[in-house]
Amino acid sequence: MPTPIPWLLALPALAGLSFLVLPLLGLLIRAPWSNAWQVITDDEALLALRLSLITATVAMVLAVLLGVPLAWLLARSDLPAMGWLRAVITVPLVLPPVVGGVALFTVLGRSGLLGWPLYQLTGFAFPFTPYAVVLAQTFVALPFLILSVEGALRAADRRYEDAAATLGARPLTIFSRVTLPLIGPGVAAGAVLAWARALGEFGATITFAGNFPGTTRTMPLQVYLALETDPSAALMLSVLLLAVSVLVLVLLRDRWVNRW
Amino acid sequence: MVTRDRAEGGSGLVAQLELQRGDLRLAVDLRVGPGEVVALLGPNGAGKSTVLRTLAGLLPLQRGCAVLGGLTMEDVDAGIRLEPHHRQVGVVFQDYLLFPHLSVLDNVAFGPRARGHPRAYAQQLAHTMLERVGAAGLASAQPRRISGGQAQRVALARALATEPQLLLLDEPLAALDARTRLTVRGELRRHLADFDGAAIVVTHDPVDAAVLADRLVVIEAGEVVQTGTPSEVARRPRTDYVARLVGLNLLAGTGSAHRVDLPGGGAVHTADSADGDVYVAFRPAAVSIFTTRPDGSPRNLWLGRISGIESHGEGVRVEIDAAPQRGSSILAEVTPAAVAELGLLPGAAVWASVKASDVEVYPR
Repeated sequence: MPTPIPWLLALPALAGLSFLVLPLLGLLIRAPWSNAWQVITDDEALLALRLSLITATVAMVLAVLLGVPLAWLLARSDLPAMGWLRAVITVPLVLPPVVGGVALFTVLGRSGLLGWPLYQLTGFAFPFTPYAVVLAQTFVALPFLILSVEGALRAADRRYEDAAATLGARPLTIFSRVTLPLIGPGVAAGAVLAWARALGEFGATITFAGNFPGTTRTMPLQVYLALETDPSAALMLSVLLLAVSVLVLVLLRDRWVNRW
Repeated sequence: MVTRDRAEGGSGLVAQLELQRGDLRLAVDLRVGPGEVVALLGPNGAGKSTVLRTLAGLLPLQRGCAVLGGLTMEDVDAGIRLEPHHRQVGVVFQDYLLFPHLSVLDNVAFGPRARGHPRAYAQQLAHTMLERVGAAGLASAQPRRISGGQAQRVALARALATEPQLLLLDEPLAALDARTRLTVRGELRRHLADFDGAAIVVTHDPVDAAVLADRLVVIEAGEVVQTGTPSEVARRPRTDYVARLVGLNLLAGTGSAHRVDLPGGGAVHTADSADGDVYVAFRPAAVSIFTTRPDGSPRNLWLGRISGIESHGEGVRVEIDAAPQRGSSILAEVTPAAVAELGLLPGAAVWASVKASDVEVYPR
């Protein structure tokens, strides 16, 4: 027998659902489908989309390379400072991205703590380059990956690692041939989350990397810019980003949507 | 490279294991010869699995040492400690722990691969091991798709594929249903007999222990309380736990000739004579129950009170309190018909008797 639903819960639940779904529907209804192709294949839009896809993917790879070892340390080390370390890692998760961008600027900007000596030595500075976009995206996306992988590591049965050790595997072999395959789904989910977060990054990017077409103007920046000059193009580009996000959700379907 | 010369270092396992872990204080001396199978028997929390983990190197000793085939694996005083992957120890874990992301063949080949053998050789060896345990047909199967009995065979093949000098089996039959258990127990006995290294089987099942092992080591609360062949232990238990395990009544007392006086008053008469501190043991089936004092007065006749009745196999186990001494109880095994005939009920006063010739007496 189905559980009866009290009205006091059903009404706000319905309101919440509408609040989440209506804007998306609005986007789809008001999008100028007639000149969709023209907007999407616009040179500037394509440039922004290409930059977004490349930087988000590089940021995801960086997040995996840096995040998986860090997550392993968080999950497996029993150092007393781990609680603090976890808190520090979670900060970018709750920090306004603009603040993250400013923070990156103070360290890696041309006159930043590390940016200045780097500029003196090599003549290279991060701001206003695609590298800065990648750094900004990695900064905001990394915590998502770390938390996802750490959760997977804590849920994994450590006795498999014991079994591997008794079979003669060294710690690094155990990590690569047993631990990593066992937490594979967690790493994949974390990577997709990080990718989606990097793709949507706006605040830290515009603060730290600037807004130059072709080098630092990613899709979210392009949408924001278009909203001021050509609102219908902004709508269409938003639909495009929505489509990409839904695709991500489909990829994650088995992990979250079906796990009630 | 670790020496594998069994003839030279053929002294098997010699270990003195000491460590404190939570409430458990473990202090166990173990010697297992090459080709010998020792069953480590004990109640839950006695430290059986802890012993295995220390020998495998998964848990460091706090005092003592462990020497395998003449090679020191661990010696706290000398500051020696080999990591698990440097030990010649194979482990069959309780729920087998086959890697779920590898095929059965790759599971068995994992050890040889991890120990540096080329892929082709490792897979060839894995095939041979699977054939030996009768699981060659499972080579390409995924571990989650095979049965418990099959997983047990594969886990054994995986442990043996590293050619260990010491094989540790943690409750190898506990995860199996009764029917599978019977077959697998027989197979395991054969494989252990073929194995020329030392083997330790952890179990809490006396039947598994008796079938699989040459010698039993019983530990309780981290200490060895009894060792001996299965038949010795089954005949002459030395603790209440072992007595219950092998299904005997056990009492401790002071013997003089054919009479053993119990500390709580009362006495047990025995056919054999014994002096000093002794145990007496007798089977529940040797105890007869009467509702009125029987004629002819047998030598061992005690008045007690029934505290529990439960069926046990084909018979009925009756627990009788206050016999033969205050503060203790014995078990009697009778037929269901006798329970009905005598109208036995919990709380009823009954007479229990045992023939002196049915009582085993041995020094403490």
